[in-house]
Amino acid sequence: MTEPIITVRDLHTSYGHRKILKGITLDIYPRETFVILGRSGCGKSTLLRHLVGLNKPDKGQILIKGIDMVTASEEEQNALLRKMGLLFQNGALFNSMTVGENVALPLMEHTPQESSTIRIMTRLKLGLVGLSGFENFMPSQLSGGMKKRAALARAITMDPDILLCDEPSAGLDPIVAAGIDQLILKLKTALRMTIVVVTHEMASVFMIADRICLLHDGEIKFLGTQAEMRQSKDPYVLQFIERRADDENLDPDQYLQDLMAE
Amino acid sequence: MSLDISVINDQGSAQLRIVGEVDMYSSTQVRRALLELVKQKQSPVIVDLNEVSYMDSSGVATLIEGLQMCGEYGGTLLIVGLRDNVREVFELTRLDKIFKIYQNIEAAMAR
Repeated sequence: MTEPIITVRDLHTSYGHRKILKGITLDIYPRETFVILGRSGCGKSTLLRHLVGLNKPDKGQILIKGIDMVTASEEEQNALLRKMGLLFQNGALFNSMTVGENVALPLMEHTPQESSTIRIMTRLKLGLVGLSGFENFMPSQLSGGMKKRAALARAITMDPDILLCDEPSAGLDPIVAAGIDQLILKLKTALRMTIVVVTHEMASVFMIADRICLLHDGEIKFLGTQAEMRQSKDPYVLQFIERRADDENLDPDQYLQDLMAE
Repeated sequence: MSLDISVINDQGSAQLRIVGEVDMYSSTQVRRALLELVKQKQSPVIVDLNEVSYMDSSGVATLIEGLQMCGEYGGTLLIVGLRDNVREVFELTRLDKIFKIYQNIEAAMAR
């Protein structure tokens, strides 16, 4: 059996007194597209931030290629992070730099490459995301979907073997969002990457996911394939798949009790 | 990771044999070796990738630079011995369209 590339064991974290993740345990395997799904505030972006060491857990283990991100030395962490690409929710392009400079930045900071080689690498990456010829544009001159593509080019500029995407289709119309999902799939196949996507969009989930982890209130409510998810009888899973609003599940007795509670 | 790079000069042409993994940190060695051959205006420069088990985008970018530099003095750069995974990188970036790629050194020399 293939060894997981990412292993999370009994991960707990909190912001102040508020518990955000309550014992998350999961494995992510090489070259799968693993979707972390959940409502706003369920802890999914927090989980993603832990995977790249941006947050420290209260308790638990996060192993990337067998190395514990929590206890790893700075050098070990940096070596792991160089092979992990991160697509931020808002793209996080530097507005004062051109698209090409944004894509080139990690190469200039972390590799011994000459600027002439970096220029070619940047153009190759922009070509992969369908932005050939846009290297001298400023981010402000790009549409939302193009900005996301440029951010994706920057995320893959170091040839990562793990790509983490935080809400890649946030703020995009459904057609542009579908285009980004297709691009993620294309890059995954072409570059043989493991992809972890955080989203709340079911359309995205059904387009890209090999396996899905549904988080609810800091705990895993469901973990499995798309087919397994569709067969689930769990009311919360069904609510998510059918995109039903909360009040359709309202328990009148419970609601009355909540209102009348001392 | 360090690469093993050797050069065989043969009547104006040169074979650059690379052994190992060409990545962000080792591809600069390939660049230095190519620059040396370009300085000598060798042609064709035959880059033998038979023993290259991995090549990332810095490796292909370096070869593109080599191709361009050879072209500046009317020389050519040929690629031989692409393994399947390295060939995929070439195809992904459509570089299989711009490089002349041969099965082996003999085929490249007999072109």
